[in-house]
Amino acid sequence: MLTIANRTFRSRLLLGTGKYPSFEIQKKAVEVSESEILTFAVRRMNIFEKSQPNFLEQLDLKRYTLLPNTAGAKTAEEAVRIAKLAKASGLCDMIKVEVIGCDKSLLPDPIETLRASEQLLEEGFIVLPYTSDDVVLAKRLEQLGVHAIMPGASPIGSGKGIINPLNLQFIIEQSNVPVIVDAGIGSPKDTAYAMELGADGVLLNTAVSNASDPVKMAQAMKLAIEAGRLGYEAGRIIEKNYGVASSPIAGMIPS
Amino acid sequence: MNIQLNGKEQQLPKEVVTVEDLLHFFELNNRIVIVEINRDILQKEQYQTHVLKESDRVELIHFVGGG
Repeated sequence: MLTIANRTFRSRLLLGTGKYPSFEIQKKAVEVSESEILTFAVRRMNIFEKSQPNFLEQLDLKRYTLLPNTAGAKTAEEAVRIAKLAKASGLCDMIKVEVIGCDKSLLPDPIETLRASEQLLEEGFIVLPYTSDDVVLAKRLEQLGVHAIMPGASPIGSGKGIINPLNLQFIIEQSNVPVIVDAGIGSPKDTAYAMELGADGVLLNTAVSNASDPVKMAQAMKLAIEAGRLGYEAGRIIEKNYGVASSPIAGMIPS
Repeated sequence: MNIQLNGKEQQLPKEVVTVEDLLHFFELNNRIVIVEINRDILQKEQYQTHVLKESDRVELIHFVGGG
């Protein structure tokens, strides 16, 4: 079970809802992923064009917890404004703080992320900041009182996977709140690896939505979460440089 | 009356008085929509009573797919 603030979830996979080839594929992918937490962005309505279908309006909202993000914000103030708009929908009180500090790498601005998190905690939000994999920043965010830490594996949408497993491991070891590896996941092996490192969950979007078969990839990610988590709980063997026979030495048949 | 609606100049007919009227006019009353006027977020209970004024900057916001 994944517990964030006072909520518990059976699934440790958090799924983004952007960039799917169609709503039909997206619905199936969400279904087979068994995710219970879905992220959304907050944007102006396109009211000047003919009414377009909206994915969220087609969801059974009783089944899912919405995790809106503050994507588009470059300052704490912008992030707070977006978070308040999201909350005013009456559909959610969780927020993924996402304050981008570099247009090219899309890496988060650590200072603005910290400031936004502080203000949103004061406003009573359940705060899940998307951060870089900085160990000290993660500690500082936890000290503020955030409800989960979401360090990136690598840049958003890059599919590069976990580029600094040691930092993630340090963050996971020190953290007293859930650690959800967010962004940069490319394939199921990255997801399984994050879970094997001891992450409490993984948040991904592009790895599923842009896969050749998003529905199949959603299922693969679900299984990777489960395999990685079981592997972590089971406790892996210690690596050795040389071979250690699995079959007994005793009773060898002489030549 | 003219307002700034989602960044564009928008002329409204006389019958659009409240925020509820505005949502109705754009056929949004059954949609998930968040209303911000001059940077203040409106609660749903205010839609019926909040009267729009000339040059109001109105943002109609919703959720879209995102990661």
